[in-house]
Amino acid sequence: MIEFVTANLAPIMFGVVVLFLLSGFPVAFSLAACGLFFGFIGIELGLLPGAMFQALPLRVFGIIQNETLLAIPFFTLMGLILERSGMAEDLLETVGQVFGPVRGGLALAVIFVGALLAATTGVVAASVISMGLISLPIMLRYGYSRPLATGVITASGTLAQALPPSIVLIVLADQLGRSVGDMYKGAFVPAFLLIGMYTVYVVALSIFAPKQAPALPPEARIYREPNGASGMRSLTLLMTLLATVGFAFGHFYGDIASALFSRERTPPTDETVVVALSVATLLALAMALANRMLRLGLLSTLAERVVFVLIPPLALIFLVLGTIFIGVATPTEGGAMGAIGALAMALARRRLSWLRLREALESTTRLSVFVMFILIGATVFSFTFTAIDGKEWVEHLFDKLPGGQVGFLIFVNLVIFFLGFFLDFFEIAFILIPLLAPIADKLGIDLVWFGIMIAINLQTSFLTPPFGFALFYLRSVAPTQAFIDRVTKQRIEGIRTSQIYRGSIAFVLIQITLLGLLIAFPGLVTGNLDAKVDVDLDSIRIVPEGEGWGTTSDSWGTAPDDAPGTPAPEPGSGAWGGKGAWD
Amino acid sequence: MGFLLRLSGLIDRANTLVGRAVIWLLFAAALISAGNAIARKTLAIGSNAMLEIQWYLFAAAFMLGAAATFLNNGHVRIDVLAGRFPMRVRMLIDIVGIVVFLLPLCWFMIDFSLPIVLRAFASGEVSSNAGGLIRWPVYALLPAGFGLLALQSASELIKRVACLKGLIPDPLAAGRHEAAAKVAPIPQNLTDEAGK
Repeated sequence: MIEFVTANLAPIMFGVVVLFLLSGFPVAFSLAACGLFFGFIGIELGLLPGAMFQALPLRVFGIIQNETLLAIPFFTLMGLILERSGMAEDLLETVGQVFGPVRGGLALAVIFVGALLAATTGVVAASVISMGLISLPIMLRYGYSRPLATGVITASGTLAQALPPSIVLIVLADQLGRSVGDMYKGAFVPAFLLIGMYTVYVVALSIFAPKQAPALPPEARIYREPNGASGMRSLTLLMTLLATVGFAFGHFYGDIASALFSRERTPPTDETVVVALSVATLLALAMALANRMLRLGLLSTLAERVVFVLIPPLALIFLVLGTIFIGVATPTEGGAMGAIGALAMALARRRLSWLRLREALESTTRLSVFVMFILIGATVFSFTFTAIDGKEWVEHLFDKLPGGQVGFLIFVNLVIFFLGFFLDFFEIAFILIPLLAPIADKLGIDLVWFGIMIAINLQTSFLTPPFGFALFYLRSVAPTQAFIDRVTKQRIEGIRTSQIYRGSIAFVLIQITLLGLLIAFPGLVTGNLDAKVDVDLDSIRIVPEGEGWGTTSDSWGTAPDDAPGTPAPEPGSGAWGGKGAWD
Repeated sequence: MGFLLRLSGLIDRANTLVGRAVIWLLFAAALISAGNAIARKTLAIGSNAMLEIQWYLFAAAFMLGAAATFLNNGHVRIDVLAGRFPMRVRMLIDIVGIVVFLLPLCWFMIDFSLPIVLRAFASGEVSSNAGGLIRWPVYALLPAGFGLLALQSASELIKRVACLKGLIPDPLAAGRHEAAAKVAPIPQNLTDEAGK
């Protein structure tokens, strides 16, 4: 018996921790207790040195000193303040008005707003709930198909998990030993791809199955000009102007930046996009302000409203993500500035009370406590698990796996997808990732690439029936019984849970497609990482002028694989750097 | 039992007060961090002490707030299975968990960390960064946090036993916890429906 235990301590420990966790006792404490318990068994069996635990407090101090994790409370605070200041409601109403009159427009508005909220508030529950309360009734009123309406709301809500400044990415960066900035950059293209795929799906539906996504009738408009016009033309003009300015600026940004810093410089794509968007945003704000102050009457009510509603999220995105991407601020500082910026905006719009601030701080503290304590618990667990050679055991499990890198990735994705049904994200990140990361590294898998895949995978777990949390959030606010619509006085049936489940299927398939794409084309993630290397003067080469964004997309490839003096981010990444997954 | 319940009430009140206080440490950390970033970029000044105080404050917030979070049942549980257990079984799991897992955990953490705190206090250990802060206060957070957590565990233990004896209503029923909160804290009134 004792021999059996001695020989199989690692698998036994793993089995026991699963039992402990399933007992429903708080995860943090179960993990830590399991680590201590098996540590003492190991000492008793003579497998481990008696003084082993002397080093444990130092490990816990190490967690406390970790500055990366400071970004978690800051981004959480920013999200909660924004959530309580009613930004989501403003955005949904106005953007819904803009897109509503075209087929599928309301669904597109939900995706667009979902993405904006993801990049600012980052709170899945809040996004899904506000969209469920505001957009869902309108979609039902005008006859959207229920699975489409619910699916697009839950999926767009979960974008907060995958888009920077997602807390998921911070935790993964910490666990994988990569910088948060790299994680954010790596997530950039996949996130846009995901939003694009959602959009394509909705557009395709509204073309091929127009009954599922009807346009809003003219009487559904809220904002009107004195002469009865919709104000759409003014908005279109404004947007065209801004887009032109933005594109032009992006096109010449390389030259402008070079002139500004008085040296030749090819800015990376992400930086160009961020800066160009900021310029366009500032221009819009200036025009709208001038229009209002001077009563020029050049912009319609709708156009002015759109500008004022979009400014807060866009300004915050620049303040936070922009500064992180350009490298002005660390993610921790970015998070702090975002939180203070959100606070200032909420104050300026008189949407913040003492009570709300306290509530936001209370929720932030609660979240920080449980995250940090799971991390402490997981540290105690893996302290013992490593000591009894648990990592070697896990590694051996993967030895027999066929298919090298791709086989490993597919298998890991399946495991995490499956675990996502039952486990919280934090348990997966803190228990599983430390076990898997060394194996991935050995196989030559770029860990940022690996992390982004896991983030997208975990995002999917929010959507998969029957336990997907986004589905629960929507269920909690969607009408269960038939009701009489306030506007049309028509009877509208409630939403059945099975309809919410059915709605998620298409979007889960989109997620899986994206995962497949990421496995097939690692350049989608890693292509963005090497862009920073261009500070090295030797590596600069003159990029031929292309069209629009094309100039900058070339910077994927500018980084030479082993230029002297380049800060090589990680071994093996250079192999991906030059591959043009875009060609 | 009456005495124990009064003791439990006292601990709950004390930890509630601590929990209410520590949220402001987090707020201070955010203000200081933003201030640091702006000062560094605009005035090109920075101080290691100001950089370190950020994570001192954060550490204090989550170490000292852990007990209050336990009081509010805010530590994540996996209740895929456990959510289906009858109330008495859940109470028993909590009692066993507190006695067998949590109290020993607190004991060992305090036992392991106290010598380090005392050593740092005696030697006056200072951060290795120039102008950094003195170290023992942040080391002391570890025994202090686990001490508060141990007190709260005792209080929760008393409440679970009292509940099993039918003396008080289900202490968890008031604020059914938030596994549902996953990454995101969600409005309190929705936790019940979402937490299934």
